[in-house]
Amino acid sequence: MIEVNRQGEVWIYAEQEAGKLSDVPLELLSKGRELACRLGVPLAAVLPGHRVSDLAAALILHGADKVYLADDPLLGHYQTASYAKVVCDLIAAHRPQIVLFGATHLGRDLAPTVASTMKCGLTADCTDLQIGDHTDAQTKEQVSNLLLQIRPAFGGNIIATIVNLHRWPQMATVREGVMRLSPPEPGRSGVTVRCPVNLAGLSLPVEVLESQRRPRKVNLKGARIIVTGGAGVGSRENFRLIWDLANVLGGAVGGSRAAVDLGYVDHDHQVGQTGTTVRPALYIACGVSGAVQHRAGMQEAAKILAINNDKDAPIFGIAHYGIVGDLNEVIPRLIKAIRGGASVEQAAKTAGKV
Amino acid sequence: MGYNCVVCIKQVPDTKRITGQAMREDGTVNRAALPAIFNPEDLNALETALFVRDRYGGTVTVLSMGLPAACEILRTSLFRGADRAILLTDRRAAASDTLATSYILSCAVRKLQPDLVFCGRQAIDGDTAQVGPQLAEKLGMTLGTYLETIELDGRHAKVRRAIGNGFEVIKARLPALFTVVESANVPRPAAVKKTMKFKKARALVEIAKAVEGDLPGAAPEIRTAEVKRRCDALEAKGLLITQWNLDDIQADLAWCGGAGSPTKVHRIQSIVLAGGDYKEFPPTDDGATRLIGELIEDHTIG
Repeated sequence: MIEVNRQGEVWIYAEQEAGKLSDVPLELLSKGRELACRLGVPLAAVLPGHRVSDLAAALILHGADKVYLADDPLLGHYQTASYAKVVCDLIAAHRPQIVLFGATHLGRDLAPTVASTMKCGLTADCTDLQIGDHTDAQTKEQVSNLLLQIRPAFGGNIIATIVNLHRWPQMATVREGVMRLSPPEPGRSGVTVRCPVNLAGLSLPVEVLESQRRPRKVNLKGARIIVTGGAGVGSRENFRLIWDLANVLGGAVGGSRAAVDLGYVDHDHQVGQTGTTVRPALYIACGVSGAVQHRAGMQEAAKILAINNDKDAPIFGIAHYGIVGDLNEVIPRLIKAIRGGASVEQAAKTAGKV
Repeated sequence: MGYNCVVCIKQVPDTKRITGQAMREDGTVNRAALPAIFNPEDLNALETALFVRDRYGGTVTVLSMGLPAACEILRTSLFRGADRAILLTDRRAAASDTLATSYILSCAVRKLQPDLVFCGRQAIDGDTAQVGPQLAEKLGMTLGTYLETIELDGRHAKVRRAIGNGFEVIKARLPALFTVVESANVPRPAAVKKTMKFKKARALVEIAKAVEGDLPGAAPEIRTAEVKRRCDALEAKGLLITQWNLDDIQADLAWCGGAGSPTKVHRIQSIVLAGGDYKEFPPTDDGATRLIGELIEDHTIG
């Protein structure tokens, strides 16, 4: 635990794998930028690893004023013990007021370990972060400019806002894909601070024998249009319809958890709380009932079209457009309408829309 | 020989079946208003521990911190093959966040000196996945998250970890704590003989309550004597669920409950489905054409 430090910086953890940054730290930087401006303090990225100094430039272009670079051969592969020690040492030395991690597999392994070592609070899986004031319900104590950590809880049925009053830093993990990724600002400048790494005498309790990553086959996060099939599609064969509709729209294919569990589509395609969180321009949900866990992963879509034969399906509650009917008939009709582009414009005109 | 395993288990409200107003005004959950279940991934953790014991020898102790009602999942664990069950219950532990919870659990686990600790990856009420890693840190044990398979060789475990878009195989030094994912195994069902035997297993708090019901108006010393008699009788048959409070595990109260929890609830909001503008189209050629026309017109597609 560190003392409350109002001048402390805002930090984000720069997760990298084999010398490559994922989108998560860049998303964190864009939210971190907002928080740091509001507090009037610098935004810094913490970058542990080996031979990762090249990544500092990208972090600065995406909003970091400073990069704390901890480069050491012992940090060549992620391990809880070594990485947590590096991050904890940096926190103790620089006393940031906020530290954000991606809620990735790695972030959800590292952040709780760091919080436990520092004896500070940690809020998991935040979907939004703000700066605001807090009045304690019992003591009536008022504290200004705290990090408001907003997250779904209780299976997504409530939204809780959590604060961390006295035992700083204020730490949170942030769900992948829920914060906007701002484009890099060419010419932005910042400083890279090379930090001493003191891992001598730390006997690592884990040896990595084998590590296999396959690149994700689908890029749901980057897709402008997503067509998702749920249990209502009925079979893996019938899921062809979902692929067809996505193809004519140039979109990506998603699946609800039920569809993935039933083997209609691979886990890479899963949208929702335990899959990928998406915010496309258009989300077409076919035969998806719309359980809270699913909605949590897609309700930020700009436009939602629901196709379902159950007019009471919860998905219609958040949809902008709905078709109540059999998806086996509706999807081919939509494909036909899209292919017949000219006649579609005609239809729009006759409908008095243009 | 063999490995002494501790499995941390939690009774959770079935969040898929939230009914009525289950939230109190201060933002905490009124657990009594919801059906309570064995946290799903904790069952996978229990199965992993039973697998280790069956294959390499040793013992499986289940530990649950919670209300007396958590005896239900402790008994369920005994039905499935656990050797010993411990209820860790204390009003002073209420309102603990993950940091305070992991501290309290660490005091209890330390008393048991296990070689291996297994936790479910996360509980479905909070979905934080924090208590496992924090418990490992507090105990100074090796941490391995997202366990799918485990093999043991002397003082090392070879573990396959599921890490989203791939996997990793690690060799971890014991003592170690692993969090277990759903894909690790299919938990075994309750065994009939064990169920017949352990359905009578009780913890002190349950016995005291039963005595209160059986001997209404009896003098306190008579009740105390009756509670002791029943406890002794159960213990003789191996049916007494161990019960600990914070004093039994020498927990420092400054790190427990609300006082030991750095995080506070600022606000709770219920989810309200807000669709805003909603337009329905008929499932016909004409409906499809008009819908696509509208999406092209506002540049959503095209």
